Amino acid sequence: MVSKVCSVELPVGEHLVIYKNRIACENASGREGRIAVVSGIHGDELEGQYVCYEMTRRLKEHPEYLKGIVDIYPQLNPLGIDMARRNIPNLEMDMNRIFPGSAQGAFMERVAAAVIDDIVGADVCLDVHASDMYVREIPQVRISSEFVQKLLPFAKLLNTDMIWLNASATVHESTLAHSLNMLGVPTLVVEMGLGMRVNREYGNQVVDGIFNLMHEMGLWTGPVSTVREPAVSTDGEVEFIRAEYAGIFLPDIAHQHYVQKGEKIGEIVDVMTGTVKQEIRAGKAGIVFTLREYPFVYEGALLARILTEVEMCEENL
Amino acid sequence: MFVDEIYRVEAPYREPMVVKGYRFGKGDKAACILGPMRGNEIQQLYICSQLVRVLKELEGNGCISSGKEVLVIPVINSYAMNVGKRFWGVEDVDINRRFPGNSYGETAARIAGGVFEKIKDYSYGIQLASFYMTGEFVPHVRMMETGYQNTSLANLFGLPYVVVRKPKPIDTKTLNYNWQDEMTAAFSLYTNKNTEVDEASANQAVAAVLRFLTRMGIIRYESHSGYISHVIMEEDLSNIHVNCGGIFRGLVKAGEDVRYGHKMAEIIDPYEGNVKETIVAPTDGIVFFTHTEDLITENDMAYRLIHRLHA
Repeated sequence: MVSKVCSVELPVGEHLVIYKNRIACENASGREGRIAVVSGIHGDELEGQYVCYEMTRRLKEHPEYLKGIVDIYPQLNPLGIDMARRNIPNLEMDMNRIFPGSAQGAFMERVAAAVIDDIVGADVCLDVHASDMYVREIPQVRISSEFVQKLLPFAKLLNTDMIWLNASATVHESTLAHSLNMLGVPTLVVEMGLGMRVNREYGNQVVDGIFNLMHEMGLWTGPVSTVREPAVSTDGEVEFIRAEYAGIFLPDIAHQHYVQKGEKIGEIVDVMTGTVKQEIRAGKAGIVFTLREYPFVYEGALLARILTEVEMCEENL
Repeated sequence: MFVDEIYRVEAPYREPMVVKGYRFGKGDKAACILGPMRGNEIQQLYICSQLVRVLKELEGNGCISSGKEVLVIPVINSYAMNVGKRFWGVEDVDINRRFPGNSYGETAARIAGGVFEKIKDYSYGIQLASFYMTGEFVPHVRMMETGYQNTSLANLFGLPYVVVRKPKPIDTKTLNYNWQDEMTAAFSLYTNKNTEVDEASANQAVAAVLRFLTRMGIIRYESHSGYISHVIMEEDLSNIHVNCGGIFRGLVKAGEDVRYGHKMAEIIDPYEGNVKETIVAPTDGIVFFTHTEDLITENDMAYRLIHRLHA
């Protein structure tokens, strides 16, 4: 059942509405287990659109296997997706920096508070993100070190290639995930793909993982796929490779490629002079789990991230 | 006056973005004044440019105190200003959310880190800043409550109000917070405008900075003594939100005195022209902040009021 989580009147003949689709087992009493799947905090991240669609499709196809409640929030930043903007249009604010929000605050703070209020009580929450439009990511779960003990068992069920502990601002304070974790809802951040794009393969992989998680939680009795064993990292095992010059980045390897130490990853070229300004080589062996897609770079731009100290195996390639 | 290169960003198809520092006097790193990190802070740029002009004259007249050095950085994010954007680069990053910076990090973090390295040792740090919400303020000095904040020093600017804000997690990445963390007495100055120059308010800010530098013994300058500032905790301001969206017809301005029940604004139906909502003052007070856009969304903040300080 589709319902409104909150609604705010915009200036001219429109409301900003956050919708939720609740799919519940037959004769649900409301005391069943509940999972929340959230997407679209950043308007330019569309991978979650496919995840939400595919989850709904599979649940509708086999309602007989559902033994609990699935709440799907496909788009928390509806104006952002409409304008292909990461932030909240007009305010130019990152929505994932205003949680837990405030019921007495400015309008998006109230929206954030309403979303939190609606999710609280769920047994687990997944906040599905894509990367931005500049770098491509493999499917991964990001967890802050503060909640590792609680979240790692859930994360391992999600069929991602990697679990990144203490990853980035994505899981830090003022985010939806951090706020929900503080309120006792185990919340995992899933990240994959590329901004403004949908990768069905990644989406299916993550949806398989979500059904596997639901199966383990007793919310789903239907068949589930065998999930892959993710590589688990800490920040110390991730090598960041950044541009040292401005120019055009030309990669020499494919995303999710296992590189050997010293292997060439790509180069930054000066188009005007026809010269190579920087040749980028891997400092350590490992999986390139992040690779730049947008070629124009300034000094400091992220080119690649390598998950080191993992063995090369077929599953990781 | 010496012009230093504080930081440089190379670009393939634009001239390098050179962050320039204008240095006056010689000796202890006494005060650093910093302008726009956001591309829409035109008023702040203007104020800094005027400070450079005045300090140059004062230095020429021997009015910079011996053994004291003042650094003015009129603008950091000039690239954004030249393309009409608020934040840095294609990634749209707020440099004022990247402090203390990181020389091995992404571009905005490198800019923040490069600038911070040059300014963190000054005794007093003054940032001409803008708020995340568009609107007009009563000119004031804003400080973070870090435990190191000194409101008595902030009073020396002689602006009407000093506002102390309890930092939220997001604030820990701002320059003001990190300056204080490095034991610089940090102040953010807010005038009534951002995206356009308001001469009167800009002159008030220039005078406030010069007054502060004079009172700290850094320059010799004859100035009006200014206001005796009231110190306000941000959470003590009364926020007035609207209950519906529409066209905003503001009836009071920042700095105005209002009484309980005073009509402050109307929200007009954008289709039929009737008044949908009338905003009245919930208390006696002084208007500290006003919404200035012609359109307003339900629950947006229309005003912030300072409770009447004296009967």
